[in-house]
Amino acid sequence: MAAKGWIEVSDTYCKGCELCISACPQNVMELNMAHLTPKGYHPAHTFKDGCTGCAICAVVCPDAAITVYREVTKSVSSMAAPV
Amino acid sequence: MPRELWKGNEAIAESAVRAGLGAYFGYPITPQTEILEYLSRRMPELGRAFVQAESELGAINMVYGAACTGARVMSSSSSPGVSLMMEGLSYIAGTEIPAVLVNVMRGGPGLGNIAPAQSDYNQAVRGGGHGDYPRIVLAPASVQEAIDLMALSFDLAEKYRMIAMMILDGSVGQMMEPAEMPALQEPHRREFDWATNGAMNRERRILSSIYLDPHDEEKTNLRLLKNWKNVQANEVRYKEYFLDDAKYVIVGFGTAGRVALSAVREARALGIKVGLLRPITVSPFPYEALDQLTGQVEAFLVTEMNMGQMLDDVLLTVRGRVPVEFYGRPGGVVPFHDEILDEIHRLASGPLAVSTDPRDSWLARMYSNLKVTAQ
Amino acid sequence: MTTENLVYERPEAFTEMPTHYCPGCTHGVAHRLVAEVLDEMGIVDKTIGVAPVGCAVFAYNYFATDFVEAPHGRAPAMATGVKRVLPDRVVFTYQGDGDLASIGMGEIVHAAARGENITVIFINNANYGMTGGQMAPTTLPGMKTSSSQSGRDVETQGYPIKVSEMLSTLEGVGYCVRRSLHDPKNIRLAKKAIRAAFETQVRGLGFSMVELLSTCPTNWGITPVNSLKFVEEHMVPAYPLGDYKVSDAVKQIKI
Repeated sequence: MAAKGWIEVSDTYCKGCELCISACPQNVMELNMAHLTPKGYHPAHTFKDGCTGCAICAVVCPDAAITVYREVTKSVSSMAAPV
Repeated sequence: MPRELWKGNEAIAESAVRAGLGAYFGYPITPQTEILEYLSRRMPELGRAFVQAESELGAINMVYGAACTGARVMSSSSSPGVSLMMEGLSYIAGTEIPAVLVNVMRGGPGLGNIAPAQSDYNQAVRGGGHGDYPRIVLAPASVQEAIDLMALSFDLAEKYRMIAMMILDGSVGQMMEPAEMPALQEPHRREFDWATNGAMNRERRILSSIYLDPHDEEKTNLRLLKNWKNVQANEVRYKEYFLDDAKYVIVGFGTAGRVALSAVREARALGIKVGLLRPITVSPFPYEALDQLTGQVEAFLVTEMNMGQMLDDVLLTVRGRVPVEFYGRPGGVVPFHDEILDEIHRLASGPLAVSTDPRDSWLARMYSNLKVTAQ
Repeated sequence: MTTENLVYERPEAFTEMPTHYCPGCTHGVAHRLVAEVLDEMGIVDKTIGVAPVGCAVFAYNYFATDFVEAPHGRAPAMATGVKRVLPDRVVFTYQGDGDLASIGMGEIVHAAARGENITVIFINNANYGMTGGQMAPTTLPGMKTSSSQSGRDVETQGYPIKVSEMLSTLEGVGYCVRRSLHDPKNIRLAKKAIRAAFETQVRGLGFSMVELLSTCPTNWGITPVNSLKFVEEHMVPAYPLGDYKVSDAVKQIKI
């Protein structure tokens, strides 16, 4: 069973550059055209299920705008950054 | 401490060490190289930082970096090298951190020569680097005075978070004189509340000369001026010789002032009431002392080893109330005392008129004396 | 049992301030990697950064370390001044290609030659970003910029400078590598290199530099995603990735 994950994209930092969208291996990200950040960008979001919490979106994000979580069934000792 | 025979440049180097110099960064250039050479062995011997940089640009920016940490730091150079350092000086001024620079001046412009000159007065006193900033400039006339002013330079730079420059001509740098050194101090590492030395147990700090909002830059400029007003009020230094009854007063700094003193003594022996005002801080300039003398004397003579740079400060103070005459030897030529004595005789035999630019008559006399044809 | 785990969050070595970089500019990725390394090594409170002139001029706003701001090209000299009086601190410069490879070429070469124990993060995006995309020493032959509008003509405008190759010839260099920021794999390799560079410094093993091929979507006039492709297709062939110098002592470092 694939791991289940989710992300939070910060309105403060996201500039809608789309790098995460093209990098996402699950193709579950897009710009949220229904929402504008205070700076006027359409931020990225996950538009469907399938996020595995692989954090590749965070790896390519130039603005450290993405926080990544993953649901796990056993305790993970390392909370180190993914890169 | 006993009096010892010291060469000017080496005395400057050692007195900086004694004042707690923590780091030196420099580049060879005549006639200041002995400072660099001396410190290249002295600083490592004491476990202090020394780097012979790749250029004067490198050297002054190393000074800039070290100054940001709050260390006592200096560089030294001579005229063409100081021109290269103007970039860093402007940044240091804009960042409001202390740093000390010694300029052992030589003849210019351009490559010029390596003979003693005072042709960088304007560059030192008026700024030289870009932007609107004041700086302290000290001008010693002897090896002992250079030693004493070196320690003062660091104290003033740190007190006012400002550049302190010491300008001397190559003859003070190269001459040997008996002088007394102060006691050796350990490198200063004072806990300045602005220094960027690692944000341990405190908020992080940024040192920058950037004020992107013009209103912030304006505030910074005004703060620099306010600070400068304190310097002007408290740090003016000069030496007076035979001024009490003087009818004529020579104004000269550094070696030109020192040579003038010999001429003044000879003139006094001949009964001419002439005195000397020798600014030690050429920035802040002793405007007030000069202003008071203006009410007392019949004429001033400004002597410099340049085409008349401090002359403008004198003219600014005297404002046409009495005649101001000028005698300069530019290009690396050091005046003899008898040349200045001749000028004193000329003043004493009068009559003198107030002229808008005393350089005009000086230039005519120079062409006539040197038998050079005006081109 | 199912528990929730944090996989990734913004580095603590960052301040809260959003960057001024254009959307998709990989300067931000380079910043983030440096911040992550500072966090992992636990050296935020003993690090002093030196910001350049160029797009990264405001780098000092984004890192939670002490920072100084250098004149154009002089960051290695300033870093030398800081490091020589504070040898137990960590000092890094962050410089672009105009800053480092043009006006600051003297300073970087001599800092490397002296083996200054500083770390240099060198961003190569083949143009002057901040002033609006002029030709840089690193601009590719034929590449159009605002000051090489028909494409860089090597006959009159010279050839690109390969900084990592040049500096790797110097004895004082402990670690000198080129990496790229154009995909997740290369970003991971870039972070490892940045870590190795800082480790080189804290062990006193000489000058360390990581050259990072980076994008400039705005001045290149293409999208951020296409900019990554440009790096892969045009910059990597011109600036081969690899380890140009890893001294024997640095090779022994185990992280």
